Amino acid sequence: MTVHSLYILSKSGGLIYQHDHNIPTVEHEKTFSYPLEVKLEVQNRNIVVSYGQRDGIKVGHTLMAVNGMKVTGQQLEDGRDAMLVLADEANYPINLKFARPRLTTNEKIFQASMFYPLYALACQLSPEQRSSGIEILEADNFRMNCFQTLTGVKFMVISDVKQTGIDNLLHRVYEIYSDFALKNPFYSLEMPIRCELFDEHLKSALEQAERLGISNI
Amino acid sequence: MSRQSMRANDPKKVSGELFTLTYGSLVAQLLKDYENVDDVNRQLERMGYNIGMRLIEDFLARANPGRCYDLRDTADKIQQAFKLYLGVSPSIGSWSPGGDEFSVVLETNPMAEFVELPDHCLGLRYSNIMAGVIRGACEMVQLEVMAWFIADQLKGDNVTEIRVKFVKRLEDAIPAGED
Repeated sequence: MTVHSLYILSKSGGLIYQHDHNIPTVEHEKTFSYPLEVKLEVQNRNIVVSYGQRDGIKVGHTLMAVNGMKVTGQQLEDGRDAMLVLADEANYPINLKFARPRLTTNEKIFQASMFYPLYALACQLSPEQRSSGIEILEADNFRMNCFQTLTGVKFMVISDVKQTGIDNLLHRVYEIYSDFALKNPFYSLEMPIRCELFDEHLKSALEQAERLGISNI
Repeated sequence: MSRQSMRANDPKKVSGELFTLTYGSLVAQLLKDYENVDDVNRQLERMGYNIGMRLIEDFLARANPGRCYDLRDTADKIQQAFKLYLGVSPSIGSWSPGGDEFSVVLETNPMAEFVELPDHCLGLRYSNIMAGVIRGACEMVQLEVMAWFIADQLKGDNVTEIRVKFVKRLEDAIPAGED
């Protein structure tokens, strides 16, 4: 049972808080000989596995390091182009590290603001009158619970499908928000939340929810 | 542990006197800063408005009331909020025929417990911050209201009375899925 991450959207749809609580790291390292058995290609300026799944390295994983040297975008730390290095037989055997990349802050803001119209759209599509928006969105490997307050703030928790007691957790997070963000005189409404006390209380609430996994928080 | 029992030994409860005195020193300081009583009234209302905008979230998170579709619901919830935050139960009355205006009547005003108004500031609406809080809080739940004092024990009235008037629903501000 895990709570992966938490998002808070302001009433105008901006991401005002995001916390990654427990995101599994997927990392695989393997030494390859020439020619390379996985097919790589450049997507969004990253080198991504496009075909040839093996040893935990899956399609969609990004090349993170070559022989222990970090790869940023397509460049190695020493400035060489990673694709050229991989194409050169003289560099083999070669050790490659692949991982599922974490979302960058920009991507998180983008995803969060994407959810806002989806939520509104769900109300419009509803066959019943006075329907709320999306409250639960479930997939194979995770579930997203969303709680919108009467003032329009949205709290979203991404968790394991088996995690229970999320409704209570969301309510608890709302209380923490009203206590430690809004009562902080130096926090201005609608702005990103940067309050240490808020972080602390939130973290312990998430941990507690994971531990208990049941309805009482 | 149910929510009820959590509230009973709420660690956040403080002495009412501390609150009353702190508010008193705020008003006294404002009188010094502005000298003009009308400015002080206005400033108190503005401060209340800003407090109300934040306080509403606390009220919603703690008391978990539903959305109001009628001013009578709103009146009930304002009464409930007075109980929660000031520890007094005001009575609601003097409804206008159209049902768009009512009074919140306080037998005792906890904010003005140790106060006598001096002669030079009889125009001061000492607890004007309350009117601001009501306006700010309602605005955050997409309800535009006006609130003002029509009777004050500090000025020799029997009770303290706040008049609340419904202006309009802020349709544009209603979040999707709530209308």
